[in-house]
Amino acid sequence: MSYHLKTLTELRAGLASRAFSARELATCFLNRMATHDGALNSFITQTPEQALAAADLADKRLAAGEEGALLGIPYAHKDIFCTAGIRTTCASKMLGDWVAPYDATVHQKLNAAGAVMLGKTNMDEFAMGSSNENSAFGAVKNPWDHSAVPGGSSGGSAAAVAARLVPIATGTDTGGSIRQPAAYCGITGIRPTYGRVSRYGMIAYASSLDQGGVLATSAADCAVMLQVMAGHDPRDSTSANVPVPDYVAQLNQPLAGLRIGVPRQWFTSGLDVSVAARIDDALLELEALGATRVAIDLPDAELALAAYYLIAPAEASSNLSRFDGVRFGYRCANPRDLNDLYERSRSEGFGPEVQRRILIGTYALSAGYYDAFYVRAQRARRQISANFAAAFARCDVIAGPVAPTVAFNLGAHSSDPVTMYLEDIYTIPVNLAGLPGMSIPVGFAGTRPVGMQLIGSAFTEARLLAVAHHYQQHTDWHQRMPAAYREDAV
Amino acid sequence: MSLQSGWEAVIGLEIHTQLATQSKIFSGAATAFGAEPNKQACAVDLGLPGVLPVLNAEAVRMAALFGLAIGAEVALESTFDRKNYFYPDLPKGYQISQLAQPIVRGGTVVINVGEGDKAVQKTINLTRAHLEEDAGKSLHEDFAGMTGIDLNRAGTPLIEIVSEPEMSSSAEAVAYARKIHAMVQYLGICDGNMQEGSFRVDANISVRRRGDPQLGTRTEVKNVNSFRFLERAIDYEITRQIELIEEGGTVQQQTRLYDPDKDETRMMRTKEAADDYRYFPDPDLLPVVIAPETLMAWKAGLPELPDAKAARYQAEYGLSAYDAAVLTSTKETAAYFEQTLAAMGSAGDAKLCANWVSGILAAQLNKASLDTTHSLVRAEALGQLLLRVADSTLSNKLAKDVFDAMWAGEGEPDAIIEARGLKQITDHSVIEAMVDAILAEHPDKVAEYRGGKDKLFGFFVGLVMKAAKGKANPQQLNEVLNVRLGPCGAGD
Amino acid sequence: MSLNATQLKHVAHLSRIALDEAKIPALVVDLNAILAFAEQLQDSRLDALAPMAHPWDQSQPLRADEVTESDAREALQRGAPAVERGLFLVPKVIE
Repeated sequence: MSYHLKTLTELRAGLASRAFSARELATCFLNRMATHDGALNSFITQTPEQALAAADLADKRLAAGEEGALLGIPYAHKDIFCTAGIRTTCASKMLGDWVAPYDATVHQKLNAAGAVMLGKTNMDEFAMGSSNENSAFGAVKNPWDHSAVPGGSSGGSAAAVAARLVPIATGTDTGGSIRQPAAYCGITGIRPTYGRVSRYGMIAYASSLDQGGVLATSAADCAVMLQVMAGHDPRDSTSANVPVPDYVAQLNQPLAGLRIGVPRQWFTSGLDVSVAARIDDALLELEALGATRVAIDLPDAELALAAYYLIAPAEASSNLSRFDGVRFGYRCANPRDLNDLYERSRSEGFGPEVQRRILIGTYALSAGYYDAFYVRAQRARRQISANFAAAFARCDVIAGPVAPTVAFNLGAHSSDPVTMYLEDIYTIPVNLAGLPGMSIPVGFAGTRPVGMQLIGSAFTEARLLAVAHHYQQHTDWHQRMPAAYREDAV
Repeated sequence: MSLQSGWEAVIGLEIHTQLATQSKIFSGAATAFGAEPNKQACAVDLGLPGVLPVLNAEAVRMAALFGLAIGAEVALESTFDRKNYFYPDLPKGYQISQLAQPIVRGGTVVINVGEGDKAVQKTINLTRAHLEEDAGKSLHEDFAGMTGIDLNRAGTPLIEIVSEPEMSSSAEAVAYARKIHAMVQYLGICDGNMQEGSFRVDANISVRRRGDPQLGTRTEVKNVNSFRFLERAIDYEITRQIELIEEGGTVQQQTRLYDPDKDETRMMRTKEAADDYRYFPDPDLLPVVIAPETLMAWKAGLPELPDAKAARYQAEYGLSAYDAAVLTSTKETAAYFEQTLAAMGSAGDAKLCANWVSGILAAQLNKASLDTTHSLVRAEALGQLLLRVADSTLSNKLAKDVFDAMWAGEGEPDAIIEARGLKQITDHSVIEAMVDAILAEHPDKVAEYRGGKDKLFGFFVGLVMKAAKGKANPQQLNEVLNVRLGPCGAGD
Repeated sequence: MSLNATQLKHVAHLSRIALDEAKIPALVVDLNAILAFAEQLQDSRLDALAPMAHPWDQSQPLRADEVTESDAREALQRGAPAVERGLFLVPKVIE
């Protein structure tokens, strides 16, 4: 059975009708992981035993007539979500084999819904990166082209879904870490509004920007998963106490009259022409479906980049202070004294990019620089937010590129952090303003996928999903998959 | 202590007050003192990856109560910041505190310095009081050269109460600290236990030549866990600084520890430019907003505070300002006084109660190193005893004997009076009979008295008292003697 | 505003990160390239704007003062590098 070619809706129907069992489903995907992940390296930890036990439990619940959006559905977690009993590494030597004594709220919700976790995916260490090359567990390959990066930081989740090793996966997006890998891997990803999904048990990179979300093959699948993950959590003070709409039910809301804002400033010389062309094609398609294209201004992308690369490292420098070799995680061998314990544990435990960001962040907060860097960046953040507010006065949804190019080659930017950071120029403003954003596949430039970004105002995930869903009802880019992964595992 | 002439000291205090909540400021772990190491430290307190803080409502209410009690501005919006530094007892590598927008801003307290008629009042301004989390503890003994870390205390809610540098002697500083200590206990927001670290005082101390507008370099003395040590630490530090400057040296900005065993302060560390705490708004916490009507309700529900109580004691009971201040200096003393008075019922005599509570009882407690709540004589029992003074059953002197017996555990006052036969003789006819008997034995002296030798009156009093074993009511005895002897010099 | 090697060492100390002396010059170059972005922040439009710490103007939710956690020391210390008699051990702290 080629379960990996089915949509989530089809898998749910099959499970409900007992056409196949959760165990059969889990086994199929576990086999695909075993066969293909050696080449991709998209998983840090595979959990076949726990998965089969969870699948059996789901089968019992299904047999008892229980219904659930994700009951018996296999998925993978980005290895940033804490899972009791299964190690959580954040792709860092610092955490190594650390096992959280608690579940992230997102994990609790998925467990309660009966979803079956197959493993935990690779990522850039502590979610810092745009290529998934900053992992203590090795780089991840792009399933479309093994010489390309899958994007980051949720590169493992994106690659695993693109290769159909799992039907769906979680991710986190602090500066584009769901949208950019989704674009590079030709899949659909949604980063919800800040506060929509609980951050409890999701290891923090930059607390005011981090948000958990979904990577899947379609907007409809994203809607099902997000429905389970979203909602207020009393354990996260920044969690939004706003009702969660029925995303699935709203997928078919009509596009007629929808104003799609296209930022003039984003279609300039910095954007690869083939990427621009594919996005233009997609916009034409949406116009044909009843939407109206409106040119808007969304200035200050460079300002946003500057603000982000001070705010995120500043928060990270403080968030990562708890990794000190005292209560959990990596401790250097034979520390001479307390300072030696701190300094060696941290410089041996953290990779180079994490250390770079801690240093930048510490500098931005230090005496004499705080006002010029950190406070100034927070003012810029307000400007970016105001820019979006002005833009949304003229349109309902903003559409544009996710990244300036398609997936680049492994190693292409690894010696130059600044070029790497420029990858995030279209995604970062969304995080600063706390808005929801999606990436949907809209074609190819050569062999590599192109993604289009959709941005909504706060808590309009349902509309973004509906726009994407309409587009996917009339196109098949989201059904394309890399040829090497199409066949069933043997 | 009197300062060396020509010098003055400038003192400000920072008081870390543990709030008496059940659970921690950002987690649901218990705050009780004395648990086994790390058994009251949950994942949030340990700063494990992924966990997040959620603010305890009661900590906010308690901090606001303090602000209301000192007439401060209680901020309707306050924010939390992170203070970043590495230390093993600080699990997250930062302390959640309030720097930019504290919950309590300003405020004043009035202190009484000196005793009796010489007592003077002084108003001390407060800078602020802010909410923050406590750190854990480092245990240095006996781990093969290692230090053990206990994080049970980590996350206990604190308010750090910061005064302006407006005190000029150890006496003022102690009076201020005692006043804050009294306030937080009146409010019920802190158990006030200094031995257990619930109320920790740091003193910032500098000296300057009298009249010099410039403040001297200050040192911060930490680890002071009693009012007595606070006084001694400040006195030591003032003397040290003056001597240092007079010998041509300069005071270094330092953190110093007070060592009660050696009665001295010693350097803990120098404050360097390297102290850079990189404060910034905690992104895990949002602004704390208090609705104006909530604040008004809290204000309306404030208990009677020391100053108001002292004013009432003066107005209602006619006590002196000094006595009223002494009786209200702690919540327990005031409660004891009021219970004693209540136990006397309609015969209540506030001045008598005040004298006993602030005099004999206070001295006895002091001698036994006990606080009022641990008094071996209960307020009700003292009230019963004082009833016997008020109704002339006992003289003050006998009452003290009975009090001592009560303290020694011999029982209730009336039982002791009965058992010891201490009851004063107030039966008029009995006293008359005793007087008559004595006068009959000494006709010569009676004649001398009547002949004008008035000093003999005391002689007769003494004889009758001796015969009565000291129990005759003195007033009645005088009256009877006067009547029986007739006017002095009246002849026979 | 740029960072020199001395400042970098100070920042590394504040961050408790040991720097390999040989790698400092390259790191200074990398960090300054990142800090060069910050030139954007000199934009005078920002002067009048209030710093934004959170995306939304929400206020802090409060929890009731209830003890919800019980002793879980054993589970919480399972991943600890060094523990004795329930205490986390570190090299001697000198006070």
